[in-house]
Amino acid sequence: MALLLMIVGFGQSWNVALAIFNLCLISAVMSMGLNMQWGYAGLFNAGVMASTAIGGLTAILVSYEPVAKAWSAGGSSLTVALVFLLLTIIAGVLVWKKIPKGGKRSWSMTAVVLIGYLFMRFFFDQATSAIEAVEPAKTGFLGGLGLPIIFSWLAGGLAAAGLAWLIGRISLGLRSDYFAIATLGISEIMISILKNEDWLSRGVKNVTGLKRPVPYEVDLQQSEWFIKLVSWFYGTAEDGSAVSADVLREAMQLSAGVFVKLCYSALFLAVVLIILGLATRALNSPWGRMMRAIRDNETAASAMGKDVTSRHRQVFVIGSAVIGISGAMLTTLHGQFTPGSYIPLRFTFLIWVMVIIGGSGNNLGSIIGAFITWFVWIEAEPTSLWLVGHINELLAETNPLRHHLMEVAPHMRMILMGLILVMVLRFSPKGILPEEAPEHY
Amino acid sequence: MEYSTDLLNALVLVSNYVLIPALSYGSQLALGAVGVTLVFGILRFANFAHGEMMSFGCMVAIFTTWWFQSMGISSGIFPTAILALPFAILITGLLAVAIDRSVFSFYRKRRSRPVTFVVASVGVMFMLNGLVRILIGTDEIIFRDGQKFLIKAGAFKKMTGLSEGLALKQTQVLTFVLAVISVLVLFWFLRRTRTGKAMRAFSDNEDLSLLSGINPERVVLVTWIIAASLATLAGVLYGLDKSFKPMVFFHMLLPIFAAAIVGGIGQPLGAILGGYVVAFSEITATYAFKKFIKYLAPGDFVPDGLVQFLTTEYKFAVSFLILVLVLLVRPTGILRGKVL
Repeated sequence: MALLLMIVGFGQSWNVALAIFNLCLISAVMSMGLNMQWGYAGLFNAGVMASTAIGGLTAILVSYEPVAKAWSAGGSSLTVALVFLLLTIIAGVLVWKKIPKGGKRSWSMTAVVLIGYLFMRFFFDQATSAIEAVEPAKTGFLGGLGLPIIFSWLAGGLAAAGLAWLIGRISLGLRSDYFAIATLGISEIMISILKNEDWLSRGVKNVTGLKRPVPYEVDLQQSEWFIKLVSWFYGTAEDGSAVSADVLREAMQLSAGVFVKLCYSALFLAVVLIILGLATRALNSPWGRMMRAIRDNETAASAMGKDVTSRHRQVFVIGSAVIGISGAMLTTLHGQFTPGSYIPLRFTFLIWVMVIIGGSGNNLGSIIGAFITWFVWIEAEPTSLWLVGHINELLAETNPLRHHLMEVAPHMRMILMGLILVMVLRFSPKGILPEEAPEHY
Repeated sequence: MEYSTDLLNALVLVSNYVLIPALSYGSQLALGAVGVTLVFGILRFANFAHGEMMSFGCMVAIFTTWWFQSMGISSGIFPTAILALPFAILITGLLAVAIDRSVFSFYRKRRSRPVTFVVASVGVMFMLNGLVRILIGTDEIIFRDGQKFLIKAGAFKKMTGLSEGLALKQTQVLTFVLAVISVLVLFWFLRRTRTGKAMRAFSDNEDLSLLSGINPERVVLVTWIIAASLATLAGVLYGLDKSFKPMVFFHMLLPIFAAAIVGGIGQPLGAILGGYVVAFSEITATYAFKKFIKYLAPGDFVPDGLVQFLTTEYKFAVSFLILVLVLLVRPTGILRGKVL
């Protein structure tokens, strides 16, 4: 793997190689999270994207400067709407508990929900239109807390865990297929919320210019120590003479980019290592043994007194938290939040390919799977373009197929991913690193 | 007198914006959901590749339509795609059988867990999605032949003297009629023919049906062919009604699954019911009732807002909410599911 990245480094550029490496690390966190759900417990979560997206949302909510004008414009009505939401929930729970099951309960429940919804909607619409009217080109949303973005990694995990708990309450304990479909639905809804609730996330207008946990390239190129470092590194040509200023400036720009990406890599690597350590410990603990026992035979495990549903919920929440962390990391790396870019093929099913290729149930395997899959996913595009270029040389200049081929070449990677997934599932269902059977009992 | 015209206007308004679209959309969903439910009843897994199968079928129909058009063949007032349907069904059916032979039959022999099938179907989904994108590109394609409207809004207004127009697209009628015909044929097949009965028996109790000499491979084969045909039909009808875009069919997966589960999974009749339930609630919940109330309310009362429960962007949320409600209240679906 390292070798492949080196090849990209020399062949394309070090910046590209490091960019791929950083995304590989983030993907590794995602696949470790999914591995907990699928590999440890056998849950088919088709809504990985929901956790990633809520992690990303948390990143802006934590780090963006609060928009004071928007708060004063719509904050009060928003609070009222929130109070009504809470009241509705409380009333609903009371109705559910106090009135015995039957027609009366369903009708009063419907009434409570409907009335609560109408009240909430009234204040909510006021709030959102007020907030979205505040400088819509620049902000038009509430902003965040203005804290350093690194806190959002933890907060993103917590938010994703909360969402997962809610999903788990509804859909766990049903057949595995239903769970898959329910999670798929949640993730679709999550994305449409992010796209349309402009007061929260600016919707498709995107939030850009998030703060960074690492220095900016521009500042680096002006700071003294960095200039010294680069001149020391590149300052002398091969024959020992000093190089010209132009060459040095170019080297400066290049190495600033590389340096920033290295900083990110270090941070991400730390997260990966921490999660890997914790996950491995968990897997080898009695808890991990119990999880595997439940996965392998639910009936037997519940006969031994294990509460299968609540254990499933537990591991679903923990796994989603890890994926939420990776979502916050992703937004941090990009420095912007673009709800439109969340598509299930990339954020849910690609992660599935990673886990299955790497070896379900093996944490190290998930990391390797993430690296390989992401590498193939990224590099399949230039490769297929290159291939198509060669095919096109054989075709006549005027052949309409030429243009079509050039246009569709990037989609080759879809077929490739599907093929890899099906092949691995069939010929090596245990993946690259099979799950290790624990020897100590 | 005046109030009765208002009432008529309100009725026309609702039929134009809710009833007719929901009937045609519901038929498309129902056809898709029947396919999902059949595969579930016989092979016992949720096929994530079903949406892509619809998309593939629609794509083949588009190619055949282009081919026909280049030869100058057309079907008069009907869209040429109707002529292309048999070819599309044939090719998609072949594809489905080929996929089953190369991917799913292996796990069937090994008696793998249902969730393994689901993961495999995700792989198939990826491949089909890529294939469709490579063959036809990612642009939006609209079928543009055949007579577009049966009733135009303007003509309707003139005819009846009402202030609300009613537009009826030919594709909407076509969708509904074709859906009804194919569902009737399907039920006749399941109830009356030997193979259909074998399928029902197999879905009811696999081991017993095997003991009584039913050939499982044949049952599975027929199931895939039916599912692929219905998927193609649904895909083409959706494409005719709206337009063809490779990504659309992935997003239809959720309402289709919702329809299948709401009706009771494994129950074709339930799937049809579920399709209409989902379609009607989706369109009703996202329709703005402002004008409707204006007509019905006495005097000159006009509501302030749009009187819309959810904005149209939250269509998914509706099918999902129904799904959650059914799962909470009656996990087996409206018709207790699990047998064909």
